[in-house]
Amino acid sequence: MLDPALTAQLRAIVGDAHFRDDKEALITHSYDGTPMLQALPDGVVYPESTEQVSAIMKALSFYKIPLVSRGSGSNLCGGTVPVQGGVVMVMHRMNRLLELDLENLTATVQPGMITADFIHHIESLGLFYPPDPSSMRISTIGGNIAECSGGLRGLKYGTTKDYVIGLEAVLASGEIIRTGGKLMKDVAGYDLTKLLVGSEGTLAIITEATLKLIPPPKSKMTMLAMFRDLYGAARTVSAIIESKIIPATLEFMDNPTIRVVDDFAKLGLPLDMEAILLIEQDGDPETVTRDIEQIRQICTREQADTIQVAATREEAERLLTARRSAFTALARLRPTTILEDATVPRSKIADMVRRINEISIKYNVTIATFGHAGDGNLHPTATTDARDTEEIHRVEQAFEEIFAAALELGGTITGEHGVGMVKAPFLEWKIGASGMELMKGIKKVFDPDNLLNPGKVFAKETRRRVVIDHG
Amino acid sequence: MDKQTNISKKPQINHANPLARTLLEKLDYDQLTNCMRCGFCLPACPTFRETGVEPESPRGRIALMKAVADGLMEPDDMFRDQMNHCLGCRACEPVCPADVKYGQLIEQARDAIEDHSVHSPPVRGIRKLFFKGVFPHRNRLKSLGRTLNFYQTSGLRRVARGTGIMRLFPKPLRDMERILPDATAQGVIEQLGTVHPAKGAPIARVALFRGCIMDVMFAGTNVNTVKLLSEAGFEVVIPPEQTCCGALHAHSGELELARNLARINVKVFKELNVDYIVSNAGGCGALLVEYDHLLHGDEDWNEQAAWFASRVVDISRLLVEHGRIPAFAESAATTAEPVIVTYQDSCHLRNVMRSGSAPRQLINQVANVTFQEMKEADRCCGSAGIYNVTQPEMAGQILEHKMDNVNVTGARYILTSNPGCLLQMKLGVEQHGRGEPIEVKHVVDFLYERLSKQDA
Ligand SMILES: Cc1cc2nc3c(=O)[nH]c(=O)nc-3n(C[C@H](O)[C@H](O)[C@H](O)COP(=O)(O)OP(=O)(O)OC[C@H]3O[C@@H](n4cnc5c(N)ncnc54)[C@H](O)[C@@H]3O)c2cc1C
Ligand code: SF4
Ligand code: SF4
Repeated sequence: MLDPALTAQLRAIVGDAHFRDDKEALITHSYDGTPMLQALPDGVVYPESTEQVSAIMKALSFYKIPLVSRGSGSNLCGGTVPVQGGVVMVMHRMNRLLELDLENLTATVQPGMITADFIHHIESLGLFYPPDPSSMRISTIGGNIAECSGGLRGLKYGTTKDYVIGLEAVLASGEIIRTGGKLMKDVAGYDLTKLLVGSEGTLAIITEATLKLIPPPKSKMTMLAMFRDLYGAARTVSAIIESKIIPATLEFMDNPTIRVVDDFAKLGLPLDMEAILLIEQDGDPETVTRDIEQIRQICTREQADTIQVAATREEAERLLTARRSAFTALARLRPTTILEDATVPRSKIADMVRRINEISIKYNVTIATFGHAGDGNLHPTATTDARDTEEIHRVEQAFEEIFAAALELGGTITGEHGVGMVKAPFLEWKIGASGMELMKGIKKVFDPDNLLNPGKVFAKETRRRVVIDHG
Repeated sequence: MDKQTNISKKPQINHANPLARTLLEKLDYDQLTNCMRCGFCLPACPTFRETGVEPESPRGRIALMKAVADGLMEPDDMFRDQMNHCLGCRACEPVCPADVKYGQLIEQARDAIEDHSVHSPPVRGIRKLFFKGVFPHRNRLKSLGRTLNFYQTSGLRRVARGTGIMRLFPKPLRDMERILPDATAQGVIEQLGTVHPAKGAPIARVALFRGCIMDVMFAGTNVNTVKLLSEAGFEVVIPPEQTCCGALHAHSGELELARNLARINVKVFKELNVDYIVSNAGGCGALLVEYDHLLHGDEDWNEQAAWFASRVVDISRLLVEHGRIPAFAESAATTAEPVIVTYQDSCHLRNVMRSGSAPRQLINQVANVTFQEMKEADRCCGSAGIYNVTQPEMAGQILEHKMDNVNVTGARYILTSNPGCLLQMKLGVEQHGRGEPIEVKHVVDFLYERLSKQDA
């Protein structure tokens, strides 16, 4: 329960209709896309301007009430679950494109804009904004920035952090800050823009973002290569990059995923393949043709079983369907789908997939793996049932071991989904005790009273490292 | 691979609140669990689009249902209102990666709510009158048609409108009264008999599901449906014992009544042993194809209901997939004037019967017709059964946006595949038309009309 004086103040700031503390509002802001997490906030507020955000923050910091900023709640790390109660701030009303600067090729947007709406608009003007998380039809630019989301185009074009060049943000105190600007070069002090990107709503509330746009590629080609040998597929990935080709997309599906996808989408995929690579190259037509030809030769050298290059856009779409249906197909298998996000150096992909498969057998849980081979970002995905507590326990153990394996192979515990609550107990494994201290120090400077998204990123306790059983 | 639902554990909670108890009992807890809260359904949902708030979204409504079942909240008035705010358009189903059967959940929720609702006496009276007293009874429907027809043609309507007596009725009802087509007591059987032969070698024997309101308010469309089927090579039988499909009942939380009607229909059609059961109203068809779900758990009816459901098909789809497309497709000979035509999807035809492309394919084949797809044709028009009467505000808002999209197509005709949508679009033209004449027609009527012009 919030202090009535505070609720009155919040109502006065945003108007009666835009502050709610009825049960309906609380329940529907108690979850996000992460399975099995839920906690009720005490209120929900929908600001429409930076000034309102600032005023809200001033009021909340006076009462020391926590705040969780929320886009569409599509994150998969518990990032918007209000574990310590407080107020959820929904950014949806702040959804305007504020400025399009065609001279500097930048766009300035409010955080609540839906990513796909932004991308479509930009593309209709003949420009290109590459970050394309699979959730872009629902996720917001603000959520993308806070999680530093990446997508299928990440390998060649980078992720959200490579396109955010300026931010306006509100601190826990209610102060408004501006970082960066329409500048491609800016070394005035620490890079606060980059620090806020990926800060998961724990350092400041982003209220405006200036994004870099680039010219779109002129053409695109798509191919699918299937391998009986996992290491053949993995070597192909390394060989492509070694030969100095950076494909626009380089996606991977393992055998369990292939089976599920084929069963769902009836694409006639061969079920005895160990791996499928989906490869796209874009750019000038001559370069694209040359690259694709070279990639085809590499695939052949690494004994790809079949190689298909799409002749038309429709055919390409058909090939893309396989990868796109992976999530949908897996989601239909069992009630609870846990999509994780372990990342390894790309030379270690085959080893990682092997390890995941062994771990899944060891704990007797179903885990299929697909993901972005080009950048080593794998999505081991468990299909299970939240009501089966015994099985869920085994799934948790399996994932703990998967994270440990990723780190052992020189990887990380999350490549794009963020730490949130889910990965918080493992963060120290990755960055070490002194890394933790440094990060906590930064948090303290921005948010001394720990009001912004508390309980995220930093866990009360670090999980003890499991002993990896190589048997 | 089938979804394994080996654990169908419902929480063991003894809710103090009676409605919460019923909800826990009636809601399919597996479906509630299947929702993984990914949010993919949000952009598809018209009520979310209009309001932008989570409770008005499929994910939000499912979370509310689950919260009540789990004892996290009491089913208060706001909860009931939220369940009623859903259009039931089911646009959230095709986009859901986890294949959550949202339509079933919302019907179960409304069914539970209905069990505990104390309607004011007039509302209770009207509900009882229509759900039990009128829709299921052919004769009463006929006499209602006769009365309505008398009202419409005798000059009484002019008097009523002139004296302003209509102003005593709530606005949504007044709106509806204005756009209702002329009713008739002469249904399709009275006009054509119970069997209609195929033209040329018969492709299959089909039974027409004539509907209840459909046969009173749109008897002409039923007649044209039969004639069109015959032109396309189908022999048509129309069993007179058939009754209302039960869709309005099911959507309004009267599931038991809907089941009773379903049993009658299943029995009547099963005896005919036809190849297809043809529907020309998306709203009815969508319930008919789900009779197996509706009667799920009823041992005596399982098999027959599955037989029934597997044979139900929308007229457009049957024509496209199995029919001999009649002569309206030949461009050279037609005498019809060239027109621009647009199409408003029936949500249930598209999202439940998954037959949204068939009407478009047919329209595209008609000579001298330019088909102009409207933006967001797949989005609900706000009619949604009796939603436009029960939730006039939201329905009005949705309709206004819809008409913005219609108006830029420059269409002379808006075609639809469902009577509710048809009336709603008529209302739309009346309230937000651009002044140029736009006619709203059932696809079947448009096709048949063009066919006749071709013959001339
Ligand atoms: C099916 C599915 C597929 C996905 N695919 C991808 C993918 O390919 N790549 C990828 O990277 N992610 C993916 N995600 C994860 C998720 O969509 C992204 O993390 C996305 O960026 C979240 O956006 P959102 O608007 O939903 O943010 P939310 O989930 O609402 O919030 C995410 C975080 O951002 C913070 N936040 C939100 N708005 C602000 C703001 N204005 N200021 C400060 N902090 C803010 C929140 O506090 C929270 O910590 C996927 C998720 C799903 C369900
Ligand atoms: S798309 Fe399906 S699984 Fe996702 S939130 Fe909506 S109903 Fe739930
Ligand atoms: S049925 Fe229609 S209105 Fe109801 S939740 Fe689904 S999409 Fe929204």
